[in-house]
Amino acid sequence: MVSLTGRSKIVSNKKMTFWEWIYIPAIVKGMLITIKHFFKKKVTINYPEQQRYFSPVFRGRHVLKRNNEGRERCTACGLCALACPAEAITMTAAERTSEEKHLYREEKYASTYVIDMLRCIFCGYCEDSCPKEAIFLTTRIVDCENVRKNFIFGKDKLLEPIEKNKRIDVTKRQTPNVFEFKKNLKYSHNK
Amino acid sequence: MQDFKFNIYDLSSFTHWVDVSLYSYCTPFWAMMWEMIIIGVAMLLFYAVIGLFLVYAERKVCAFMQNRIGPNRVGPYGFIQTVADLVKLLMKELVIIRKSDKFLFYLAPFIVIIVNFMTMAAIPFAKGIHAIDFNIGVLYIMAISSMGVIGVLIAGWSSNNKFSMIGAMRSGAQIVSYELSVGFSLITMCVLAGSMQLSTIVEGQSECWYIFQGHIPAIIAFVIFLIAGTAETNRGPFDLAEAESELTAGYHTEYSGISFAFFYLAEYINMFIIASIAATVFWGGWMPFHISGLAGFNNIMDFIPPFIWYIGKTFVIIWIMMWFKWTFPRLRIDQLLTLEWKYLLPINLVNIILMALIVLMGWHF
Repeated sequence: MVSLTGRSKIVSNKKMTFWEWIYIPAIVKGMLITIKHFFKKKVTINYPEQQRYFSPVFRGRHVLKRNNEGRERCTACGLCALACPAEAITMTAAERTSEEKHLYREEKYASTYVIDMLRCIFCGYCEDSCPKEAIFLTTRIVDCENVRKNFIFGKDKLLEPIEKNKRIDVTKRQTPNVFEFKKNLKYSHNK
Repeated sequence: MQDFKFNIYDLSSFTHWVDVSLYSYCTPFWAMMWEMIIIGVAMLLFYAVIGLFLVYAERKVCAFMQNRIGPNRVGPYGFIQTVADLVKLLMKELVIIRKSDKFLFYLAPFIVIIVNFMTMAAIPFAKGIHAIDFNIGVLYIMAISSMGVIGVLIAGWSSNNKFSMIGAMRSGAQIVSYELSVGFSLITMCVLAGSMQLSTIVEGQSECWYIFQGHIPAIIAFVIFLIAGTAETNRGPFDLAEAESELTAGYHTEYSGISFAFFYLAEYINMFIIASIAATVFWGGWMPFHISGLAGFNNIMDFIPPFIWYIGKTFVIIWIMMWFKWTFPRLRIDQLLTLEWKYLLPINLVNIILMALIVLMGWHF
């Protein structure tokens, strides 16, 4: 049989040699190993102060993006809800009135958009399926809560702030082609 | 009332001053009472501080050996974590078990604690800080420290729980066996010291510690004492009595709140006592490290106060015991008894003869 790792050893019950039998070399070896670990650099990350490096494509808490003018990109098409394997996403669609033009990019928008963070498995299918580049997963972590209902994130928690400097940067998650395409304002998609 | 000069290198002047001034103020009976109370309170404080510190140290050492950093949130470096734990334990409910033997159940932790205190009374902490200096100090410590097992057995029996019972029985078997090794290795050193009085033993090491004076047999006795002492305090790799993974917590499974805390503290104090006996008998107690012939070096060593020497040595031994615990897996009960009866005891007996020979022939330093 071919060994996969090359580390497997054949186990046998053969009699111990004298050195093995007195155990002292083995004891010394074991104690040297622990003392080596005693002085080693510790692997602990002190979480709230220190944070582990997250890959730019880490799939954490979602964000609903706005476009450059601060209008919501989501049109409540429902593709994300359809793609969601955990059925965590629900939304209701509404029609934009003429006074709301500065708030929503297209005539249809999501009046409510809810993700149940307890159901969500952070697979990123919603991000993939979105035709409007409206939903992204970010490197942020969903905070701890002690009440279940606080994990149901509505638009108040998902939508990014309207101020330019508080926007959430997702450029690293986009493929270069998409990024180039989005800079090009002649396409209606980007308006 | 005589003049008093506080001298950190010889605290007997301080204790003598306390003694004389108490006797000059009160009648002899009340003076003795006051002395007992003062010693008792001092011991109690020392007990609590050392116990809490050892729990903290254990967690830190364990964490370091496992590449973690251990408690670090409560206070600087997590230093008062154990105080917080104690407060938590104090506030917890004392669960009353329906079919337990209530009197014995509540008595058991106190027996363990009382035994701890009685042992601590005979330990010389520094020059002049020594509650009782028996002329059979070593024998007294051995006799009293093994009484702790009575508390453990009572706890296991009265809990009316199979795990507690098995843990207590194991602890009994273990202590009966390992007490022999502890005793014999101490006797080996008594042969060299020619005395059982702890103050004499410490004074005898002013030139050179006994572990160096008695060279080979002393080193063997020291190693055996450490192994047997670890076993006697029910610490890993000999923690069969409480074996978390098999017996949940052994004899203190059913205890909660402060009575659990008593057992927990007593365990660590036991470790401290074993370590301080080892430090006293083998490493010279509060005696500084001296190399005969090097006057300058000896003066520098003398500069460090005796109490620091004593605490330092004790903590080095405690650290070795912790190192031991976090390196090796738990022994099986048959392996434990085999180790004692078939290996440690014969080696010990031969070692005593060897030591007697060395003392007779004057081969020691």
